[in-house]
Amino acid sequence: MIAEVGHFCLILALFIAVMQSVLPLYGAHKNSQALMEFGDYAARAQFALLAACFIALTFTFLGSDFSVKLAASHSHSQKPLLYKISGVWGNHEGSILLWVVMLGLYGFLFSLFSKRLPTELRARTLAIQGLLAVGFISFILFTSNPFERLFPTPIDGNGLNPLLQDPGLAIHPPLLYLGYVGYSLAFSMAVAALISGKIDRDWARALKPWSLISWSFLTLGITMGSLWAYYELGWGGWWMWDPVENVSFMPWLLGTALLHSILVMERKQNLAHWTVLLAITAFSLSLVGTFVVRSGILVSVHAFAVDPARGVYILGLLLVATGGALGLYALRSKTLVQRAEFDRVSREGGLVLNNILLVTATATVFLGTFYPLLMDAFTGDKISVGAPYFDLTFAPIMSVLILFMGAAPLLKWQGDSLIKLKRFGFISLIVALTIIALSALFGKSILGGIGLALAAYLAYGAIKALNNRRPLSGLSKSLKYNTLAFFIAHLGMAVFTAGAVIMSVWSEDTIGRVKPGDSLTVAGYEFTLDTIDGGQVSNYSYRRGYVRVVKNGRVIDTLKTEQRFYPVRDMITTEAGFHFAPYATVFAAIGEGTPEDGYILRANYHPAVVWIWLGAFMMALAGFLSLFGLGAPKGRRENIRQKNDAPAGASLQHGAPS
Amino acid sequence: MMRGVLPLIIFAGIAVAFAIGLTKDPRRMETTLINQAFPPFALETLYEPEKTETEALLTGQVSLINVFGSWCVTCNVEHPILMDIAKDKSIRLIGHNWRDDREKAKQWLARRGDPYEIIIFDPDSELAIPLGVVGAPETFITDKQGRIRYKHSGAISYEDWEGILKPLILSLTLEIEAQ
Repeated sequence: MIAEVGHFCLILALFIAVMQSVLPLYGAHKNSQALMEFGDYAARAQFALLAACFIALTFTFLGSDFSVKLAASHSHSQKPLLYKISGVWGNHEGSILLWVVMLGLYGFLFSLFSKRLPTELRARTLAIQGLLAVGFISFILFTSNPFERLFPTPIDGNGLNPLLQDPGLAIHPPLLYLGYVGYSLAFSMAVAALISGKIDRDWARALKPWSLISWSFLTLGITMGSLWAYYELGWGGWWMWDPVENVSFMPWLLGTALLHSILVMERKQNLAHWTVLLAITAFSLSLVGTFVVRSGILVSVHAFAVDPARGVYILGLLLVATGGALGLYALRSKTLVQRAEFDRVSREGGLVLNNILLVTATATVFLGTFYPLLMDAFTGDKISVGAPYFDLTFAPIMSVLILFMGAAPLLKWQGDSLIKLKRFGFISLIVALTIIALSALFGKSILGGIGLALAAYLAYGAIKALNNRRPLSGLSKSLKYNTLAFFIAHLGMAVFTAGAVIMSVWSEDTIGRVKPGDSLTVAGYEFTLDTIDGGQVSNYSYRRGYVRVVKNGRVIDTLKTEQRFYPVRDMITTEAGFHFAPYATVFAAIGEGTPEDGYILRANYHPAVVWIWLGAFMMALAGFLSLFGLGAPKGRRENIRQKNDAPAGASLQHGAPS
Repeated sequence: MMRGVLPLIIFAGIAVAFAIGLTKDPRRMETTLINQAFPPFALETLYEPEKTETEALLTGQVSLINVFGSWCVTCNVEHPILMDIAKDKSIRLIGHNWRDDREKAKQWLARRGDPYEIIIFDPDSELAIPLGVVGAPETFITDKQGRIRYKHSGAISYEDWEGILKPLILSLTLEIEAQ
């Protein structure tokens, strides 16, 4: 019964979405206030229905209603409560439904929090948002109905893939989707602005909060995904350049470029072309992400539903959405604000370079991810691209990016000269050379030294820029959220870079067969297998090893590592035992074995791996922080707008005193 | 005008590639290789560099050739299933270690268990290219005359094994015995 209610809500939501996409658009054309306002109500009603639909599906999982096919194949009555809930989106149908619920959520939030926008822009944005909802709701209804019944009803469910039974999964997809789907609003606003042909500073300002929210959640989502893969999959890697990771990373790169373009636009009304195209492509790449995972076009571990028919549908959506938007852009591109001349050596020049580099990085990832597909499509050649390609191409681009990232915030918005950076460059060079020398001497790696030097340089640049904007001597002056956000984000990037470099150069691991009492040694850490025991928990049985880790005679931790057997799925998984610490994370994973021959034990030493996620969390935090910066008093903002050269609420403002 | 249309043109190119890509199921066999003799090769084995194996290895019995590499993420997922298949003893498992480092591959197997009877070491894609390997893991089934009878791209699931591979292997074994 509940399943039918959910199904019905979904159908109703589709009807409302159809009206939401037609009426406000017509209203904006005819200048009818009532029709334009209809968009607001429709967006709210649509979200309420979608939420009800999602709750209904959750109930079928919680109540273990196995007459619903989805619950039968992905849930199990013996499953812990948390995984009954996360099981709702741990499968194709449920995760697409979650996607659509979030699409509705963003429309709903936009209808609540964008009252200051021109009515036509609001109406058109909501109409485009409705159009996207039409596409995706019908995708669910026609190709992946989550409420499909099963007859005869099985006695128990199939269970969720054990790899996915983890708290990480409970939060990773929702966060990622909040990011992905958030770009739908950027897209809708870009298309709405293209329809009205008015793309200006106010539009950029209205776009800012949404692109900040999306970017921050996307950052969080990717970070959580990386953490989850690291400890749950136990591959010892924090980033695998897996196609599905890549497709979430590409919108992030473009989203970062978008944020910085908006800064220029709200300040100088330049980069309108950049901003519009980035808004469109960031969302298109989110769609591509969905397309890739759902169609099985690229073979990947993440692709838990593979069905070409669904792929065709999503490709169709992509064609209509992106093709339509870019077609509109082609028609309107002449009427967009003409770019004023800008100085090469200025903060604006730096941000343009930043855009170019980020787009190049995106293109690199895109090419690496889709090259096999493109080759196959056009030449029939079969090739595959792996991590070496990405390491070889991505790292140099990022290095150049960091070079600009360190210096650009120190420049004025216009008419600056590099001579001013002489002292900064000189100090940076000396520090860099020292780090490289030390690293070559003690760490036996020059490349590692270069990476660390870049990270230090970036941190130095961020600190210096912060000091320029609010000198340490003037502590009484309150720190602006935007300045703080800039500082935390750039410092986070420095921390991240340092972590990634140290991890890729100085991590060590070993593997061996040990009996209780034996030990393995890695990087001065002694891993001793103390005891082994076993047991049975609700939906799996396990064998657990206790591994004592000792360094210089001091016990660091006793790690618990398990091999789990899930009878429902007939699958074995390994749970590594971790000791996370700021400087050196160690972990052990136990494998196959018998008491007579001993057990396979893997021991890992991962220095600074925690910094990678710390840096990423700092960036996400910075994104959320600058949302507070948006709440600056309105009067002041108006004031600012009149004085063209004064700061305008951007987080990269308040440059060196002019 | 040209500049404005440029993004649309680029997108059109990508969309066409996607559309063509969709028509090619990456998990389906190129029809040209089915029922063809396994491409000739002469490669070292993973554990014994001095020992060379050739396609003659495949004649005489039904074999399952699994392409894997220690760098391959999906192989981690597939591996426990291969271990179970090895326990089943209904077929000979041959590993095709592709674009890998000898030491890394040995470590990878030591860590997870080794389901293979023989492992061919192919770091430079000498066999992978004529075999048309798109990406690891891939699995081939050959009959007693060493002809390729089936190809599976991506990880094998238990459903694939029980529903497709196992019955096929059984019928191949019977087919040859009847001759």
